[in-house]
Amino acid sequence: MSTELMIWLLPLPPLLAFFLIVLFTNRYKALSHSLAVGAALLSWLGSMVVFFRAISTEHLGTHPFESVLNWLPTGNNWFQIGIRIDPLSAATLFFVAWTVLMIFIYSVGYHNYGQPAGDHDKKGLQPHGATITDEHGHRHVVPSIEPMYSRFFAFIGLFAFGMYTLVVSNNLLTLFVGWEIMGLCSYLLIGFWYQKPTARAAMIKAFITTRVGDVFMLLGIAYLYSSIGSLSYSDIFKPETLQTLASTPAIGGFLGLSAAGMIGILLFIGTIGKSAQWPLHVWLPDAMEGPTPVSAMIHAATMVSAGVYMVIRMFPLLQAGSEGGHLTPAMSLLAVIGTFTAIFAATIALAQNDIKRVLAYSTISQLGYMIAALGIGAYVAAAFHLFTHAFFKALLFLGSGSVIHGVEHGVLHTGEKVDPQDMFNMGGLRKKMPITFWTFLIGGFALSGFPLITAGFWSKDEILADAFANGHWVVFVTLALAAFITAFYTMRQITLTFLGEPRSDSAHHAQETPWTMTLPLVVLAIFAISLGWAGIAESFPVIGNLIPNFVHEFVGGTLIEMPEALPFTVIPLLVSVVAALGGLTLGWLVYRNQKAGAEDPLKATLGPVHTLLKNKYYFDEIYDTVFVRPAYWLADNFTNQILDRGIIDGILHFIARVASNVGTIFRNYFDKPVVNGFGDFVGEGVKRVGRTIKVIQTGKVQQYLLMALVLVFGAMFYFVFSFFGH
Amino acid sequence: MIPLSWYLVFAALLFCIGLYGVLARKNAIGILLGIELMLNAVNVNLIAFWRYRSPGGIAGQAFAIIVFAVAAAEVAVGLALIISIYRRRSSVVANDMNMMKW
Amino acid sequence: MTVEQIIFLVVAVVTLVAAIAVVTSRNLIHSALWLILTLFGVAVFYVLLDAGFFAVIQVIVYIGAIAILFIFASMLTRRVMQDTGPQSNSNWWLGALIALLLFGGIALVLISWQGFTTLAPILTGQSGQLSQLGLALVSPDQYVLPFELASVLLVAGMIGAIFVAGDKKQ
Repeated sequence: MSTELMIWLLPLPPLLAFFLIVLFTNRYKALSHSLAVGAALLSWLGSMVVFFRAISTEHLGTHPFESVLNWLPTGNNWFQIGIRIDPLSAATLFFVAWTVLMIFIYSVGYHNYGQPAGDHDKKGLQPHGATITDEHGHRHVVPSIEPMYSRFFAFIGLFAFGMYTLVVSNNLLTLFVGWEIMGLCSYLLIGFWYQKPTARAAMIKAFITTRVGDVFMLLGIAYLYSSIGSLSYSDIFKPETLQTLASTPAIGGFLGLSAAGMIGILLFIGTIGKSAQWPLHVWLPDAMEGPTPVSAMIHAATMVSAGVYMVIRMFPLLQAGSEGGHLTPAMSLLAVIGTFTAIFAATIALAQNDIKRVLAYSTISQLGYMIAALGIGAYVAAAFHLFTHAFFKALLFLGSGSVIHGVEHGVLHTGEKVDPQDMFNMGGLRKKMPITFWTFLIGGFALSGFPLITAGFWSKDEILADAFANGHWVVFVTLALAAFITAFYTMRQITLTFLGEPRSDSAHHAQETPWTMTLPLVVLAIFAISLGWAGIAESFPVIGNLIPNFVHEFVGGTLIEMPEALPFTVIPLLVSVVAALGGLTLGWLVYRNQKAGAEDPLKATLGPVHTLLKNKYYFDEIYDTVFVRPAYWLADNFTNQILDRGIIDGILHFIARVASNVGTIFRNYFDKPVVNGFGDFVGEGVKRVGRTIKVIQTGKVQQYLLMALVLVFGAMFYFVFSFFGH
Repeated sequence: MIPLSWYLVFAALLFCIGLYGVLARKNAIGILLGIELMLNAVNVNLIAFWRYRSPGGIAGQAFAIIVFAVAAAEVAVGLALIISIYRRRSSVVANDMNMMKW
Repeated sequence: MTVEQIIFLVVAVVTLVAAIAVVTSRNLIHSALWLILTLFGVAVFYVLLDAGFFAVIQVIVYIGAIAILFIFASMLTRRVMQDTGPQSNSNWWLGALIALLLFGGIALVLISWQGFTTLAPILTGQSGQLSQLGLALVSPDQYVLPFELASVLLVAGMIGAIFVAGDKKQ
């Protein structure tokens, strides 16, 4: 099968699974998950074939796998859509395929396939356990199967379709289509347990916040299309096109930007929404209301990565107009927002107690890293960090899901009423859940950037090295500080959860999760370790020359000009190692003796700052007051009362009244007197005439004859006289 | 040598007398008497025309024969009706037989 | 004036007077008897018109049957008419007027007709034969149909009369 055809077919199996599950197999749980996992497997297989073909092709950047078809007729020519696999999308396809497949397999176990149906389980709420009686007559409460099992697989199937579409597209329009499909699925899946009020609020918040970003992105796409008449990458990234865009001023001379800059900023605002950067970051922590596979897939591995992918893809546009390594206004904006978000989210993560919230803020922070890297022009570093982050963040989320499952098992067993997601109720789980522990440890170390053996080290180090080498001091220092804090809160998380002694009965009775959940953890852990070694800089001492820098060579080939490999500098390496090891050690020291019921020691240290961090700098409250409440007020008072009820309904009522009155007038002045009157007149008239004439019918024969003869003689005389007149 | 006109005038007079009888008599049988006069006048007319216009043919006579037959039948039925009405209403005054009024 | 004409006039006057008496008599039996006289007069006219057969038929059928029928009917319906009051109803003047007008109209029409004063043609031996009438009444290409219909009519009339006037014993 030709590569292009295979690429076209990649998004289809999950879509087909979605339709089949929704239409036919909703009631059959095993069939539904088999369809979904089978579809993911098919797409994974196709992606692997494409990827291997891609890496064995020379100069894939200049000759990508591309195929177009004419889609919309526009005047004289056609708007074309198609697929394009160049090095960047090939690498993205690799991690998307793996993470999607792992998460699909994980979901089977997460939703307790094979367990009995719950005692009081209702659709729209989390399953609460089923009581079973074992052979000794003891009654246990065990986890119960998710009531809406098939629906979940349908939704993640649709989501996978969206992501694959986005990755294989060759133009911004189908990218945007995939973007929006994922937005929809994110909405549906965050609010999967829709009977929970918090889930409902979270789903709306996520959708609306990302929508704000999407509006600007759409404006950017429209502006781009109107400038150059095409949205496909090959047309946008022609050097002449970029030159034109860079030299044309933006509409209205907006802040002295060029058209390229304006478009770049507008597109970037879409990423701010989708990848949860400040200021549109508020939806991601609330999105943890969804089931954990959702958090892993959407909010770690794929959807938020899509935002970064898009902006990496658009890098030439963002860079257009810069000479000699100076940052364009768009790139500066990226660097600022990315750096700020990185440190901002990292500080909030310090004060969170929910295991998934910590990871959510961590995601926001790491995405900030990638954006900052791109902002300072470190193309390959940003892409590299995107790939490694997808694996270890997915691993961490799936691991946290495994932990929650284990603790929930304990909750059901003991009947204790504790929050299974609060880290301060955990502890000592390394003995109870060994596989989860080791894989989570690997993921956590990767996130912190543990030197040499974890992938995160290599990618994060490259970002710091790039920042240092190009003299962006503020970025360098801030990102280093963020790295330190990242290591600290990661170790805090690991210590509280796994190390020490259990702080609650539920943690004491926790159990390891089934193989459908632990297998994906192991696979992802392998990648979390090994992927880093594909990107070791060639100039690195000792090991640099052992393996070529695949990532740099391959992904760098996407750009027209291959970026230069940086010479090795010691300082960023030292800073990175110190930050990572220092943070990890400090975290362990602070939390290793955390006792049940004791306060977080950070509260005592930071004091009021801790409250600020715990409340996320009150951004949610600010947005609520500044945006949400006025919107509601406006909607209710203006749109509802004045516009809808007053004007529109008023017009309708007015028309109705006019029609009614006209009808009454017609009835009383025309219908009744004229029409009825005429009818009555005719009837009455006939009756009167009849009454008058009936007297001639006397019943007397002689009178009849007389009348007849009178008339006959009348006629006869008339004719006779006329006869005689001639 | 009687001209045709005499017969015709005679027949006309007889007819008109009969008509007066029909129109002006109270008794129902009286009306039938008037009708008999009219029929006789018609017969005279027919025979006169036969004799004066086409004595070779036989149409006039045939017509007159039929008129005889019809007159007989009609009188029979008419008188039967009057007798029947008399039995019910004990009256033969024509004006009293006005049940078919409005 | 020939003899024929005198006979004609006398008989005409008698007949007409008798006719007037028919329609003005107070007594119904008298009307019927006057009718017999009128019918006799008409029979004489038939003789004058060389239609002797008709004269005989007139006497036998009209006088012998129909006039008798009238007398029977008058007698059968006599009880109420014991008191023979005026026989003319309230609209007699209109009837008289109509009759006069009719006569006037007919007279006018007849006068303007040119065949009004023709004289009787000479009869040959062939015409006026009774056998000719008989044949005419039964020949399929002549008048058998009216003849048959007349007989049907007579039967119907007979049955009808019997039915209508018969005693209905319940």
